[in-house]
Amino acid sequence: MSETNISVAMLEPVEDVGGVAQPLLQVNGLTKHFPVRGGLFAAKRTVRAVDNVSFTVAKGETVGIVGESGCGKSTTARLLMHLMPRDTGDIIYDGMSVGQSLSLRELRRGMQMVFQDSYASLNPRLTIEESIAFGPKVHGMADGAARALARELLGKVGLVPANFANRYPHEISGGQRQRVNIARALALSPRLVILDEAVSALDKSVEAQVLNLLADLKREFGLTYLFISHDLNVVRYISDRVLVMYLGEVVELGPVDQVWDSPAHPYTRALLAAMPSSDPDSRTEKPPITGDPPNPIDPPSGCRFHTRCAFAEPLCANAAPKLTAVDRMGHEAACYMAIPGSGHSRAPREEIA
Amino acid sequence: MTKLVDISGLNIRFTGERTVYAVNDLNLSLGDGEVLGLLGESGSGKSVTLRALMRLLPKKRTQISGKVNVMGRDVLAMNDEELSSFRGQTVSMIFQEPALALDPVYTIGAQIAESVARHEGKSFAEGRARALEMLEVVRIPSAKRRLDAYPHEMSGGMRQRAMIALALACRPKILLADEPTTALDATVQIQILLLLRELQREFGMSVIFVTHDIGVAIEICDRVAVMYAGQIVEQGSLRDIVRSPVHPYAKGLLASTIHGAKRGARLETIPGTPPSLSERPHTCSFAPRCKLAEPRCVEQLPPNVEVGPGRVARCVLAEAVTARS
Repeated sequence: MSETNISVAMLEPVEDVGGVAQPLLQVNGLTKHFPVRGGLFAAKRTVRAVDNVSFTVAKGETVGIVGESGCGKSTTARLLMHLMPRDTGDIIYDGMSVGQSLSLRELRRGMQMVFQDSYASLNPRLTIEESIAFGPKVHGMADGAARALARELLGKVGLVPANFANRYPHEISGGQRQRVNIARALALSPRLVILDEAVSALDKSVEAQVLNLLADLKREFGLTYLFISHDLNVVRYISDRVLVMYLGEVVELGPVDQVWDSPAHPYTRALLAAMPSSDPDSRTEKPPITGDPPNPIDPPSGCRFHTRCAFAEPLCANAAPKLTAVDRMGHEAACYMAIPGSGHSRAPREEIA
Repeated sequence: MTKLVDISGLNIRFTGERTVYAVNDLNLSLGDGEVLGLLGESGSGKSVTLRALMRLLPKKRTQISGKVNVMGRDVLAMNDEELSSFRGQTVSMIFQEPALALDPVYTIGAQIAESVARHEGKSFAEGRARALEMLEVVRIPSAKRRLDAYPHEMSGGMRQRAMIALALACRPKILLADEPTTALDATVQIQILLLLRELQREFGMSVIFVTHDIGVAIEICDRVAVMYAGQIVEQGSLRDIVRSPVHPYAKGLLASTIHGAKRGARLETIPGTPPSLSERPHTCSFAPRCKLAEPRCVEQLPPNVEVGPGRVARCVLAEAVTARS
């Protein structure tokens, strides 16, 4: 925060307690199941939206989460923000748990979120300046100071305050609205910003502008990002590390280059192969997998991907494989083919210690 | 190549609370068995152009001028009766959101059968037989059972397949596709693209495919027209456009895709935003955002310059390209 050349007062960020080595965010065994109401006599069913998800986000890092619709990316984000209660699991922000050493109010100051729908996430009756100033005012800033801060932040996100401060959300374009949402998130001086499909609804040329802006802001404010998207190109571009989710579970995680260059889980391989080609002379000839992602209501047993996997063997349907290291660089995958001695015919041999 | 579709000097204006010049002086043609991509960002007029081809735009608020010829017939002069036999039989369309395009209160089988009965004068039973055949063509598993399924009982990918089956049931010569894979998951999108590519060859159809995604265009199109602010700024073969775009907007659009961009490196962007289209363009619409704009760009409309065989760019810079070659 020291190099910030903001001339107006900002809220004090939540104090860095743990130091550099303490991850900014630790998530352990996060689980959220939604009950589904069937008919009167129908069996009770559950959507296993997020199932035993664990990961860490280091300070200053950008972690990407990719996966198809229904894989639990957005539910994970909402659970982290405490926008809905979790069933089980721990969310630890800079070594502190909410409700114990950290109040919900402080957490919301330390962690902010930008949503996909730029219009739905702004109050249509507030001007842009009022929307951005709202958060700081709730946290005790005087009206004048909060408005000054809002104008300063508008400049930071590339919108001339004199032209935009008094406009309403419907008067500006989608790309401009998303810049406003980013400014509003930054108004509370957060250290972690969760971007949930924040650029997905934007046109390509505008998307590139916003991604450049996010890179600038990260540097200037010393931010940490959790970047959720279904677009693999964007995730690869922005992330240091990446989590791949499938039906509520993390199936692979690791540094983005390792995951892209040597994907260990067949689902990750399929996702990467499903990206449209960029060369007219080498079009995709065969779809990497067939069928749609299964319904997250009562997902398949064992490894949830076994119903679509070309390499599935009987053991895959029995028990779910655990995330296991595939190299020493923090690359892990939950697939029996990556676990030495798992019993899968394609598994590497057990290392002789 | 014979021209199945020939559009010349098409202007579309929406009137009402405010006037929008959605499409301006558009010239486009589609050959037999060709897949043409209309590439552009939101508001560029690609979907409006597509809808005009089937006269799907609201009559009261739309003013259309110019020529739209499909297989030698003037679409703009058709009466309602001619239109309803033209739609579905000669030209058919698939949409981005099959959940909205399909009728929620009829089964898939009934919807396809109805269209066959209406257009080919067959009995409903014959229509159902065709429906079953079509569901198999689009590779819906256990097609027989799916015939009696309602749209809401199907997954997104399956619904899109059902809509393709419905659109192709009467063997149209031309298929119009309005971003049919945009709402789908990545692993499903590629399946639908490959299916469309296969069916296009199998049925010998011509296709106009609207998309904002260059990757999708690369997978399916033979020729591409890039649209900006209601005009085609460049058209040519897919290879030419992807490898060596001439118009600065086409260049910028291709450069701003993130495909293969290096982490940490700055992305190429096109500064600014598209114009509001509240008046008819009389200068180059892209000039305010163009790095290479010259005084003459804001004095008059740029000419359509033929850069090569079948390749046109609407930019004064294209003149230099032709002079060199």
